[in-house]
Amino acid sequence: MNSEPRYEIRFSGSGGQGIITAAVVLADAVGTLDGKYVCQTQSYGPEARGGKSKAEVVMCAEPIDYPKAMQIDLLLSMTQASCDAYFFDIKPDGLLVVDAGLVEQLPTSRAVAIPFTKIARKEIGRELVANMVALGAIGYLSGQVNLKNLEKTLLSRVPKGTENMNRDALQAGIDEAKKVDLASLPRSFANEWEAEV
Amino acid sequence: MASPETGQRLLLQGNEAVVHGALAAGCRFFAGYPITPASEISELLSVMLPKVGGTFIQMEDEIASMGAIIGASLAGVKSMTATSGPGFSLMQENLGYACITEVPCVVVNVMRGGPSTGLPTNVSQGDVLMARWGTHGDHPIIVLAVSSVADCFSITVRAFNLSEKYRVPVILLSDEVVAHTRECVVLPSQDKIRVVDRIAPSVPPEWYKPYADNNRGVPDMASFGEGYRHHVTGLVHDERGYPTQQPKEIESFLMRLHDKITKGFSEIMITKTQMMEDADVCVIAYGCVSRAAMQAIKMARAHGIKAGMLQLITLFPFPRKAVDAALRQCSAAIVPELNLGQMAREINRVNQTGTRVVKYNRIDGQMITPDEILKQILGVS
Repeated sequence: MNSEPRYEIRFSGSGGQGIITAAVVLADAVGTLDGKYVCQTQSYGPEARGGKSKAEVVMCAEPIDYPKAMQIDLLLSMTQASCDAYFFDIKPDGLLVVDAGLVEQLPTSRAVAIPFTKIARKEIGRELVANMVALGAIGYLSGQVNLKNLEKTLLSRVPKGTENMNRDALQAGIDEAKKVDLASLPRSFANEWEAEV
Repeated sequence: MASPETGQRLLLQGNEAVVHGALAAGCRFFAGYPITPASEISELLSVMLPKVGGTFIQMEDEIASMGAIIGASLAGVKSMTATSGPGFSLMQENLGYACITEVPCVVVNVMRGGPSTGLPTNVSQGDVLMARWGTHGDHPIIVLAVSSVADCFSITVRAFNLSEKYRVPVILLSDEVVAHTRECVVLPSQDKIRVVDRIAPSVPPEWYKPYADNNRGVPDMASFGEGYRHHVTGLVHDERGYPTQQPKEIESFLMRLHDKITKGFSEIMITKTQMMEDADVCVIAYGCVSRAAMQAIKMARAHGIKAGMLQLITLFPFPRKAVDAALRQCSAAIVPELNLGQMAREINRVNQTGTRVVKYNRIDGQMITPDEILKQILGVS
């Protein structure tokens, strides 16, 4: 329906996992350094503490009218509850990326499961940076952001003294995502089916 | 320079852009009381204002906040406060005082669901008519609505300029979605920004008549503390500023308050049209809803429907001319709003051509989506 090359990413998890921070870093990198148009929004309410947390980044080569997501190209879910709640408006050929340790029931076979929290704990030493491991992975898998710019933005936004930990986390996510073969995922036939009808 | 970041591409929230706009327009005093979803304006100004020699005060409530910005403005400092519905209710009394004493000031109302404490974290456009008629008496006021982060900067500057030029409070209506959406903007350097300041008296203090009419209808304004002693009262006053009961003086005073705004209509009425050249159906919208509307119009065009957009930035004084032109051109107008039809009522009021005006309303705290508006457009095509 829309001719413009609009790409929508939704970050979801529970309050405290750094979901919104990850979305803001991505939006900043894509908007300020890559030079695309971006709109970053978030669920904003009392339920964002501990309950489900949601943030969205819409990016486009042209100016963006509607700032919120309409049909998700990529959904990141860091908890089962948020995966169940926010999966409904993903595109038929969209991609689901989940934390393998926290999301066990996948609503689609077009899904990539990476143990972000486990990687953060074992490789970086702090579970805290699981969001940045995930950010690295979806930065790579979406193909929508210059990864050097993503790292630059991340480093400019994190507290002093935590730069190395965050950089390593982001890189660990990118490295893990490189092992994923997207071509091996089942293809959605929904679009062709709609075209026939 | 107000913002060291000018010239750079920045990712900002709407509320942050309001702050940068206010500083660029010369705002050097802010008094407020924190409230969701307007708090980021106070937070950032509390950091930024001291850096540029300005003053930030957190007051005990919104009544006092409004009083404080009137006082600061009378002392010659451009002033602003920011709040949401519940606080805006409390400001109404002193807002009327600013109207009758012709004190320039900017009041930002980031709209959330109401009435009362309502829905603190949800979006709404329920305060539109309150912004126009919240304070009692026939009073002039200017109400502007923002729809993007870029707007939040540039329209805030416009709000200050209009306020200073016409000596009238300007209400800047934002909403939770615009306030919290982050977008990239390049803030213009200070020399590219047109800043209007109130006109100071050119006569010596002993000749100064603080409310004397002139060809602009806007009296020259002396700052307190510069030797121009004058009386300021909420009672209807004569040109010296003293209370009057003379019918002639009362009427000419109140008419001047309204006429000064009427004289500036061409500058004050800000509207934006898109894809209207050949439009059969128009969507008339403002604030965050105009973003959904524009998306819907592009979808409708893809369906072969000639749809166009009239975005209202100035809500009051009501931009009758622009609305009238759109209603004359189109066979139907869709008016989507996050209230039960507050602007649709105004649009119907000026609808002289019997054009079909279709309201589309949502009051559940959620945004209207492009699909919903598209459905309305398809329904009248």
